[in-house]
Amino acid sequence: MTDSAALLNKHSFVELGARQRAKALLDDGTFRELLDPFQRVMSPWLLRQGVVPQSDDGVVIAKGSLDGLPVVIAAIEGAFQGGSLGEVGGAKIAGALELAAEDNRKGIPTRAVLLLETGGVRLQEANLGLAAIAEIHSAIVDLRQYQPVVGVVAGSVGCFGGMSIAAGLCSYLLVTREARLGLNGPQVIEQEAGLDEYDSRDRPFIWSLTGGEQRFATGLVDRYAADDVTQIRQQVGQLLHLGVPVQHRSGQAELFLRRLARLDTDVQIEPAAVRQLYQGERP
Amino acid sequence: METLSFEFPAGQPPRGRALVGCVGSGDLEVLIEPGLAGKLTIQMQTSVNGSEQRWQHLFARMFDGQTPPALSIDIHDFGATPGVVRLRLEQGFEEIGHD
Amino acid sequence: MSAYSLRGLRWFEALSGDASAVQGLPASLKVADVRLGEQTVRLLAVVADPDNRFPRARNGEVGLLEGWGLAKAVDDAIDADRDATHKRALIAIVDVPSQAYGRREEALGIHQALAGAADSYARARLAGHPVIGLLVGKAMSGAFLAHGYQANRLIALRDPGVMVHAMGKASAARVTLRSVEELEALAASVPPMAYDIDSFASLGLLWETLSVEQIEQPCASDLARVTDCLQQAINDVATAPRDLRSRLGATHRAASSTVRQLLSAQW
Repeated sequence: MTDSAALLNKHSFVELGARQRAKALLDDGTFRELLDPFQRVMSPWLLRQGVVPQSDDGVVIAKGSLDGLPVVIAAIEGAFQGGSLGEVGGAKIAGALELAAEDNRKGIPTRAVLLLETGGVRLQEANLGLAAIAEIHSAIVDLRQYQPVVGVVAGSVGCFGGMSIAAGLCSYLLVTREARLGLNGPQVIEQEAGLDEYDSRDRPFIWSLTGGEQRFATGLVDRYAADDVTQIRQQVGQLLHLGVPVQHRSGQAELFLRRLARLDTDVQIEPAAVRQLYQGERP
Repeated sequence: METLSFEFPAGQPPRGRALVGCVGSGDLEVLIEPGLAGKLTIQMQTSVNGSEQRWQHLFARMFDGQTPPALSIDIHDFGATPGVVRLRLEQGFEEIGHD
Repeated sequence: MSAYSLRGLRWFEALSGDASAVQGLPASLKVADVRLGEQTVRLLAVVADPDNRFPRARNGEVGLLEGWGLAKAVDDAIDADRDATHKRALIAIVDVPSQAYGRREEALGIHQALAGAADSYARARLAGHPVIGLLVGKAMSGAFLAHGYQANRLIALRDPGVMVHAMGKASAARVTLRSVEELEALAASVPPMAYDIDSFASLGLLWETLSVEQIEQPCASDLARVTDCLQQAINDVATAPRDLRSRLGATHRAASSTVRQLLSAQW
């Protein structure tokens, strides 16, 4: 295929909303949404605060097949409240993962794919968002016993807060260049630690530490894909076909403690130092 | 934030339903479903207070001189401009029209 | 007065008595195996280490070393008890002001370190270890997700210094573009936004709330009351499912149950 033909055939994944992303990943004709927007299962907490709710509370749950494998996809809509999770959206994700695990206990090999476009807890629902995220963590660890849980962080919101911990629990992670994956939002770090420590307006700086390319180069994610629906779909399918990894990244405490022990913490950290320290092996 | 409702004379209900947009800053989510014959009803939550007249004019202009289908429309608006509102509604009507 | 809380340390010391601390872990972690009545339990606490190699984690925050260190301490218990008929309980003594905020932390993947801790605690619970969270101070955000929130049962002491939340008031106000006063007013009518432990209890996530006399440095009767409650919690877990479903059911979490019912019906 010529370059221009390839260019014309590229379809941006990042520009798609959550529902479109889920549809784009699932095999044609297999997309079936649960608790769809017309059912209007919305946040019980937003109206009383003068915040306009969204009919699906910013989370799309869809079942279908992906490269022939039965999956449930949970897709977070980054455009609604920064993709932050409240009670209902969080319960949709946790509940879907719980049911997928139940499926496996009954011999149905349902996998899960999480499309993570989120700032973490929705502060308007604070403790119910946080509790839901703890339940999401629990459900990922449970399902992971049977099937891989694949996380995709594509941008432009990225994956932060308690859901970055969920990403860290995934069996495999796929990111794009636009993606960021980090625990704390840049503004909060700047507020807490000062401008010298973290300049929240310095975009190249932020991506150099938490951007998709760096996370891939440091072995903290498994795949680095172009912003293209076909490529992302292919890679997610490949990851699902790999099955449960021999060891999850989140189970490698001793390895990471050894690495951190070698680090000179007297100097400020540089992206190259992390790459050197964490040079991971690719499956 | 305000909750508003509007009603217009309409024809027959369509067969399908449509969802367009999302509740992002400067955008709106529109759910369009078949309504009771003869009426087009709009229920909305909007983040912009004091905008009832503006919405009334916008809808009146959209349906002026035609009989729209009987629809039940839910809008969750987060400060969309009239241009964006018209775009989303037209996207929704087009989706309905294709059923 | 130190800039950091000592409650976690004091409760760890009181509960561990003269049991020796587990070696080979970061100095910001206190871990010990003790007898609680008839059972062996492993106590785990995150405490301030003013000499932490990571300068942004010197006040009791859960950072890189704490996340991976907790994971290791829990993994070691899982491995040691793998073939045992009785799996020791894990008691997370929770007094954590936040996760660590810093350049090193983000660069080195603090999100992954906290995932390590959450992973180990969850796996321990699934393997049959009773996991109990004892909240004696702050239980904030990512720190609590890593240390305590995977517990089968959560016990909180009743005190203004015991608080669970996703973000401190000042930061939350800034992020939501409100004043702290507006936030507090909202919290009065929106229970999940409130900072006090009684509002948190109304969400149905706690198994028990206890009052003690000397929360900063427990006296003998405080210790007896808490020990008794811990034993009851451990016994309660023994015949219960190993998931977190006991956290569902409060009126304020009705939607959480409805969503699950609908998902199941539409599955």
